[in-house]
Amino acid sequence: MVEKFDCREAFAATLEDLAAQDERVVAVVNDAVGSTKLGKFYKRFPCRFVNVGIAEQNMVGVGAGLANGGKIPFVCGASCFLTGRALEQIKVDAAYSRANVKLCGMSSGLAYGQLGPTHHSIEDMAWTRAIANLTVIVPADPNETAQAVRVAAEYDGPVFLRLSRTPVPEVHGPDYRFHIGVAPVLRQGTDVTLIANGTMVSRALEAATLLAADGVSARVVNMSSIQPLDRDAILDAAEATRAIVTVEEHSIHGGLGGAVAEVTATACPVPMRILGIPATFAPTGTAEWLFEYFELTPQGIQTAALQLLGARVQQ
Amino acid sequence: MHNYANAGDGNLPNLRELASTIRRESLRMVHRAKLGHPGGDLSATDILVTLYFGVLRVDPAQPRSPDRDRFIMSKGHCSGALYATLALRGFFPWEELVDYMQPLSRLNGHPNRTELPGVEANTGPLGHGFPIAVGAALAAKIGSAPWRTFVLTGDGELQEGSNWEAIMSAAHYQLDNLTVIVDRNGIQQGDRTETIMRLDPLPEKFRAFGWAVREVDGHDYEALSNTLGATPFESGRPNCVIARTTKGKGVSFIEDRAEWHHHVPSDKELAAALLELGEEVHG
Repeated sequence: MVEKFDCREAFAATLEDLAAQDERVVAVVNDAVGSTKLGKFYKRFPCRFVNVGIAEQNMVGVGAGLANGGKIPFVCGASCFLTGRALEQIKVDAAYSRANVKLCGMSSGLAYGQLGPTHHSIEDMAWTRAIANLTVIVPADPNETAQAVRVAAEYDGPVFLRLSRTPVPEVHGPDYRFHIGVAPVLRQGTDVTLIANGTMVSRALEAATLLAADGVSARVVNMSSIQPLDRDAILDAAEATRAIVTVEEHSIHGGLGGAVAEVTATACPVPMRILGIPATFAPTGTAEWLFEYFELTPQGIQTAALQLLGARVQQ
Repeated sequence: MHNYANAGDGNLPNLRELASTIRRESLRMVHRAKLGHPGGDLSATDILVTLYFGVLRVDPAQPRSPDRDRFIMSKGHCSGALYATLALRGFFPWEELVDYMQPLSRLNGHPNRTELPGVEANTGPLGHGFPIAVGAALAAKIGSAPWRTFVLTGDGELQEGSNWEAIMSAAHYQLDNLTVIVDRNGIQQGDRTETIMRLDPLPEKFRAFGWAVREVDGHDYEALSNTLGATPFESGRPNCVIARTTKGKGVSFIEDRAEWHHHVPSDKELAAALLELGEEVHG
């Protein structure tokens, strides 16, 4: 059994390291101390831990003000509330103002499974990537999460980090270096490209292994940087494999699949499948159960790829 | 012609003259652009003049100096008065005001800090400036920095719930380095504030949330200067100055009329308004 990790641990540990090195680093939360895993940060740096209470609009505005005052605020809350409740503040106070604010959307996607659609955050990629100036990152594993937090701190400008609590295996080796706007190819292939991000990357890699047994050579790309998008990686994949399947823990409207399709449709049209959550509010179930329900599984990805290639699933 | 970069001495007759200059220019700007918010511009002018020429420690030559006082114009729709004030204070050329809202101008209908020196926050949607001011004041507290934060809100604007989140958090964090000034002219876009959505008793509401509150005549330079210069009113409490103002102040036919919230003056109305505001008539 492959070991899986809750990326919030890497997030919180990295933020603590950064705060120890740079006194400008401040955490801002909406009472979400436990769910952000920032309890230790609070103990070590109480003066740089701002809890605004359950008030997301104020939280993002406070972040913009802290940035105005020379701080590097990491504004953390459940992604459904951070993006849904404070979207205008994200657009105006952070992005349009080019404020040096790091927005950390915790427990994104279906992570809050049984709590229901109020707590699912399957629109946040679409909302945030439609906003100019805003860098949008969806890390796939602990290594990439830690690096994304560091890069966000170094980058001068607004960033949205879409994080999860759903445990994932490592998909990058220790030598991997994350760069904004660069999508690493995790596996080479010639017949089809699987483009995924976040929790879906490890599933895409497993699907590629299944496809290899079917005689299909699948490339796997981690599109962790949604904005800016790695256009070249998409066009390379389109030209080299002539077929693309995208996989995201997000609505199939306006997220990763939409971003990839915007590039291929205008520059290199190829057959595509967009896997994610259809236009529906999810039924009750754990995140893992919902992944099965929506066929966001290695087998589901395998089936979609084979259908796209006009082949049949070998069973 | 208009170079008052060193005029921050708070001299009262001087403030009156500067305010008239700003009022005239903001009306010309709205008239040229055929768009704007003259009622609120005229309401806020005396507050802006008092701040920029007597209270704020800012240096137009170094608009992003880390130790500057922060002033956040939460009622960003009153950009006419804000831009005329910033230009008169020396943040950018007075002559540029003719570009107000023209294509590609950096004088957008609502202020943009990424383009215009002296602007601290991009505002326009209401209820944004107050939380940003709380964050700025927190940054100063965390760093034990001496600079102060001031934020000017409209009164109708306080109907946005985000302000009350900010009001709670400022008191909780004991931000006595933060001052909110409420431009209490009693009129919003559609009608009187108390008809649309009651705000009173406003001072009591701020007090109940833990703020130190002063009420002043928002067109009395001496009262404004003395009050804004006396912060913190109480150690450990954020400061609220409710400035009783007249929307459209200074022009008889604009004063206290909701329809002038964003009405554009005709040529004739502009000429009459400029005369009332002391424009010199040339033979």
